[in-house]
Amino acid sequence: MKKFPYTPLQIAVHLYGWSGIVLLLFDAFAGNLSANPIQDLERRTGTHALVLLVLSLACTPMNTVFKWSEPLKRRRALGLYAFLYVTIHLLIFINLDYGLAWSLIIENIIQKPRLIVGFLAFLIMIPLAMTSFDIWKQRLGKNWKRLHKLVYLIAPLAVLHYLWSKKGDILTFQGEVAKPLVYGLIILLFLVLRIPAVRKAFASFSPRRLFTPTKKDQQPEVDAP
Amino acid sequence: MTNLYKSVPIRSSEITPKHEYLSRRDFMKAASLAAGAAFLTACAPSATEEPQNAEPGPTSGATDELGDPVNTYEDITHYNNYYEFTVDKQGVAGLAQDFTTNPWTIEVGGLVNKPKTFAIEDILKLFPQEERIYRLRCVEAWSMVIPWTGFSLASLLEMVEPTSDAKYVRFETVYRPEEMRGQKSPFYTWPYQEGLRIDEAMNELALLATGIYGETILPQNGAPIRLVVPWKYGFKSIKSIVKIELVSEQPATLWNNAGPNEYGFYANVNPGVDHPRWSQATERRIGEISRRGTLPFNGYGEQVRHLYEGMDLSVNY
Repeated sequence: MKKFPYTPLQIAVHLYGWSGIVLLLFDAFAGNLSANPIQDLERRTGTHALVLLVLSLACTPMNTVFKWSEPLKRRRALGLYAFLYVTIHLLIFINLDYGLAWSLIIENIIQKPRLIVGFLAFLIMIPLAMTSFDIWKQRLGKNWKRLHKLVYLIAPLAVLHYLWSKKGDILTFQGEVAKPLVYGLIILLFLVLRIPAVRKAFASFSPRRLFTPTKKDQQPEVDAP
Repeated sequence: MTNLYKSVPIRSSEITPKHEYLSRRDFMKAASLAAGAAFLTACAPSATEEPQNAEPGPTSGATDELGDPVNTYEDITHYNNYYEFTVDKQGVAGLAQDFTTNPWTIEVGGLVNKPKTFAIEDILKLFPQEERIYRLRCVEAWSMVIPWTGFSLASLLEMVEPTSDAKYVRFETVYRPEEMRGQKSPFYTWPYQEGLRIDEAMNELALLATGIYGETILPQNGAPIRLVVPWKYGFKSIKSIVKIELVSEQPATLWNNAGPNEYGFYANVNPGVDHPRWSQATERRIGEISRRGTLPFNGYGEQVRHLYEGMDLSVNY
């Protein structure tokens, strides 16, 4: 029997990637958007992009902590989906929200820190998305890895953009700060797990050392007839 | 003052033609044509199929004094900022439906000669209820036109006779976390409180609302009684009031506690003074596609500008 070519994780990533657009379409069809549909579209595409970004940052720690390497292969898809939603988010802002009123848009982007950091995150994502193909990975060599470390900057910018779209004050823990705080802490955790010393610590506490693999464990799985 | 006031509200009975304006579904249709985001085009086929929301009373089709139509009853009652229930505007109506509004009393006291506690049914008898169509401009840069029923805050205050020491009016929302789960959030200084300077409170535009579209006001809109201060951002218009207090000092407000540099005590609608994180120059009227310019004092400058003579409104935001 021919083996199914996709892993469960792979399917989950693509389903989640498309789910944002599919659910938006469904709600638009069903009339489930709120009385302020443009804001709904902005919020939902923004949140989906942020979650995808967080998931893409979760892959390396999955390998470091749990010795689960498959997520490493899914980083690219997660990152590209995040870029897709950020692009849609921005297009909605420019086209629908501000109706291509460029003077207003530019004035806003220049003046408002919230939009500056959001736009900056988008700009930084462009070269990452463009060099996500294997050919660029080969061409850039070591620099490819360096370039893609910019995601460590993109994610905090995205959280800041999210936080600043909410009412409240993070310094006094007043207002709508809970959700952005949760995103921020998760990202912080994922970044801390990348610090070489932390990585080494996890490597020495490898789960492989906790139990001795038996021969049975090493046997390849055989599909039931 | 009375004359100024009379120029503002338009009764629904005075308006004959039903206004043609963009419903939400028309919006989606138009948006899909205009949008660069190609996926929106799929929204168009459903545009005309859904039935119109049933709207009570003769008010639908009415306009404000600027000629803009009132928002639909559906939108007014299902797109609510009411953090006592949830921060999700669409979630408020569902969570608020079992909220107890009867019995209900409002304690009016502080620096007054005749403090009095009113039962809500007495309020409805004591003060003749009238319809007033006001624009509501949210600090989040969206707006609606709402046909309220209610009565002047001034008439209530006159009844309790504020003393000469009374300089401000402080309002307080009911504190009932068992019914209002949002009040369990540690990120706000519950109960909600708001305030007005006494001359603002005595302005004829300041309304205590008990109804919308001629119907008894629903919990999600601040039942059984709420303030409406149409020249200020929506958060000044405190909901579900249980206490009104005349005081000598400027009272603290919930949003000022949450963000002192973002939500001032005055909070007059002002396109020239931005929120630190977003522009207040434009707004989206619910039901419309494109943004429209925000008017100083939300279009009520003629009636209220004199209250702020000599004040720097960019300092007293």
